[in-house]
Amino acid sequence: MTIREDHKRFRDIVRGRVKENFKKYVTHGEMIGKREKDFVKIPVPSIDIPRFRYGPKQSGGVGQGQGNPGDPVDGENQPGQGQAGDQPGEHVLEAEVTLEELADILGEQLELPRIQPKGNKTIDSVVNRYTGRSSVGPESLRHFKASYKEALKRYVSTGTYDPDNPVIVPIRRDLRYRSFRKAVSPRTNAVVIYMMDVSGSMGEEQKEIVRLESFWINAWLKRNYKGLDTRFIIHDAAAKEVDEDTFFRTSESGGTLISSAYKLCKKLIEEEYPPHEWNIYPFHFSDGDNWSGEDTRLCVRLLKEFFLPQVNMFGYGQVESKYGSGQFLKDLERAFPGDERLVISRIENKDKIVQSIKDFLGKGR
Amino acid sequence: MANLTPELEKERVKIKKVAESVGLDFYETIFELITYEQMNQIAAYGGFPVRYPHWRFGMEYEQLSKSYEYGLSKIYELVINNDPCYAYLMEGNEFIDQKLVMAHVYGHCDFFKNNQWFSQTNRKMMDQMANHATRVRRYIDRYGVDVVEDFIDKCLSLENLIDRHSPYTRVKIPNLEKELELAEQGQEVLGPGRLKVHRDYMESFINPPGLVKEQEKRRKEEMAERQKLQNYPERPEKDVLHFLIHHAPLQPWQQDVLSMIREEAYYFAPQGMTKIMNEGWASYWHAKLMTEKIADDSEIVDFADRHSGTMAMSPTGFNPYKVGIELFRDIEQRWNKGQFGKEWEECESLADKKNWDRKTNQGREKIFEVRRNFNDVMFIDQFLTEDFCVANKMFVYKFNKRTGQFEVDTRDFPLIKKKFLFQLTNFGQPIISVVDANFNNRGELLLAHLFEGIEMQPDYMQATMKNLQALWGRPVNVATVLDGEPRIVHYDGHEFKSLAFDRSSESPPEGSDAQEN
Repeated sequence: MTIREDHKRFRDIVRGRVKENFKKYVTHGEMIGKREKDFVKIPVPSIDIPRFRYGPKQSGGVGQGQGNPGDPVDGENQPGQGQAGDQPGEHVLEAEVTLEELADILGEQLELPRIQPKGNKTIDSVVNRYTGRSSVGPESLRHFKASYKEALKRYVSTGTYDPDNPVIVPIRRDLRYRSFRKAVSPRTNAVVIYMMDVSGSMGEEQKEIVRLESFWINAWLKRNYKGLDTRFIIHDAAAKEVDEDTFFRTSESGGTLISSAYKLCKKLIEEEYPPHEWNIYPFHFSDGDNWSGEDTRLCVRLLKEFFLPQVNMFGYGQVESKYGSGQFLKDLERAFPGDERLVISRIENKDKIVQSIKDFLGKGR
Repeated sequence: MANLTPELEKERVKIKKVAESVGLDFYETIFELITYEQMNQIAAYGGFPVRYPHWRFGMEYEQLSKSYEYGLSKIYELVINNDPCYAYLMEGNEFIDQKLVMAHVYGHCDFFKNNQWFSQTNRKMMDQMANHATRVRRYIDRYGVDVVEDFIDKCLSLENLIDRHSPYTRVKIPNLEKELELAEQGQEVLGPGRLKVHRDYMESFINPPGLVKEQEKRRKEEMAERQKLQNYPERPEKDVLHFLIHHAPLQPWQQDVLSMIREEAYYFAPQGMTKIMNEGWASYWHAKLMTEKIADDSEIVDFADRHSGTMAMSPTGFNPYKVGIELFRDIEQRWNKGQFGKEWEECESLADKKNWDRKTNQGREKIFEVRRNFNDVMFIDQFLTEDFCVANKMFVYKFNKRTGQFEVDTRDFPLIKKKFLFQLTNFGQPIISVVDANFNNRGELLLAHLFEGIEMQPDYMQATMKNLQALWGRPVNVATVLDGEPRIVHYDGHEFKSLAFDRSSESPPEGSDAQEN
């Protein structure tokens, strides 16, 4: 079909546009809100061909329906199912880009290297899939259609089928049941553990930055590992594991003991993600305000002895906040000068997210 | 593409016969059964199987496919104005849908063939579109896809600047240039100062060569002089595309592309001018034929469901199907009962009006007459009545700046009608014409926007002006109204300037003083 060419051309333009305005979209908080399943909706209004035309808000128009003067008219409603018009109307397009595509664009734009997985080991996982049929099984798994077919076949083959009175009575040996087969699929083995400081000094803006940044990191890692595991830990003076939603929404207050998160993370890894089988990416975001030097020293020790030798990379992102001292970052820099496995990034504001992502993912580990 | 299945073919023959029996008259109509992917492609191409390559069709395609895949919308029917007419049915639609579509399509085909506003359209447009595609592809091979596509983008931005009524005017405005051209070729039998000669040998006596030559020379000078003084173009030209094709510094291939786009715009124009009537007419007939002749008892509920779906009213815009069908029915009923003419207009008794029935029975005849002679503007102007507006719950809405939303403004009949007509005139687009192609005596282009109370959207205007400037080469100006002030917007290829413009003094400002502001 010739439309394929035009379609491809359009996609290229969309991608080109995406690239051009890329930074704008990264910092566009709404975008993740518009995420649906695997798609990210990106409005591309510039794809509209400009014409001399009236401003839509000035002109108004004629409508049909109930309502008194002053009642609002619902802008969403479009006329019913409708047949195709003779001429295509004008739309503002919301181009839907798949997450994979987006990650590719991200990779291209930031010149991110492909990630080299730690070893090529994959774990085979066995899943039971109910795709088979069996002549025995529990009644709850009886397959009505298949049973009926068998019975029908029997009727027809024995010549007892009467088209005028097509009654089929299945007997025991007609019955069919769903049965499972073992499906073996190689599973990739990467886990990202996000840790976030939710103490009183982390405001909404700081969390928004963490949210955006972890979204992009996730997109990139997902592109590189199929079936990526993600875990979320929040901490103030104590740490706990939460689901994604809570991770971004919780607002706690109180002191900060970073080591609490590191300890929990360590426990997670030890129990569920043996480091010789898994590619592990812990990321920690905080405003850099730790309770005591004592605790910082504990964190440094944990990093040195446990994390850094075992994980692919440990990311620490420090979000600038009015209240934080930012001391933790300096402590880390002093403790691990030039260590490639620890990536430290300072994120002053939303605009620096792109640079920070590059810091984190630019190493290809 | 496949032909119809035997069952559908049987129905088609039947529906065609029924349609002809009620007086519909159409070109041969070829139905094709296609998949949804093909349907999306053809719909993206505006109904044609082949168009020139352009990303905008790909965009349409993507939107149509996406909304089909997500179950948001579905195309039932597509028909193109061509001889023979082509119509497409979608595979997998229900049988009742296919029947309904066929009945609907015959209504459209009748309209295409008989409505006078379609009389000037190219009935071999299918071939012509394919020719355009071939030519554009050839240019792409020669000049590169980016160059050609960029140019098409610019042309499309100006696509709506045509004079929709020009195909129907027979009188050609006398053209000085043409006269000069003819004179040069010696085709002009009688020039100025030349007398008619009946015998060849008298020629040199009656029209002495020296004198004739001198007179011709003088006249040429005069004409050149007049041309200099005269506005150029002589009178405002609404067909901006035509003007650009002939006067903008374009390469031959660019002229060709622009003229193709203009031709296609003119081809589609009548469909926009008769949207309400065309859909109303087709809906009127599909409803009549389905309920009276085609659908059987078991199908009638499904039919009613589909039919009411297409007739749904919307608060933010009128549904052309609904307004059209109701108006045709209203006309038929009024002319059946004799509810027209002086006596009816002057009758002031509500009771009399309600029971008015002169048994004139001219309804059917009248709607056929209307479908032949009217376009949407005339249709609404003539037949939209107060009773009709009330019965169909029509209102005017407008944007309320305070609340930030669209609100019902009024249900006052004269205002509804006024707004309605305004929306239909020139498709509700600003009316723009070339006023001066040598503005300020600097070869600048001046377009004038006929201001009717609504201002143009400034960002769109500027983007369009950029495209116009790229075609024209020299600076371009648009005389319009911005924020309540008459202004001339000037774009020289680098930046925009908004200059004061005194509208009361008909002609644009002289001299270049205003330019430097």
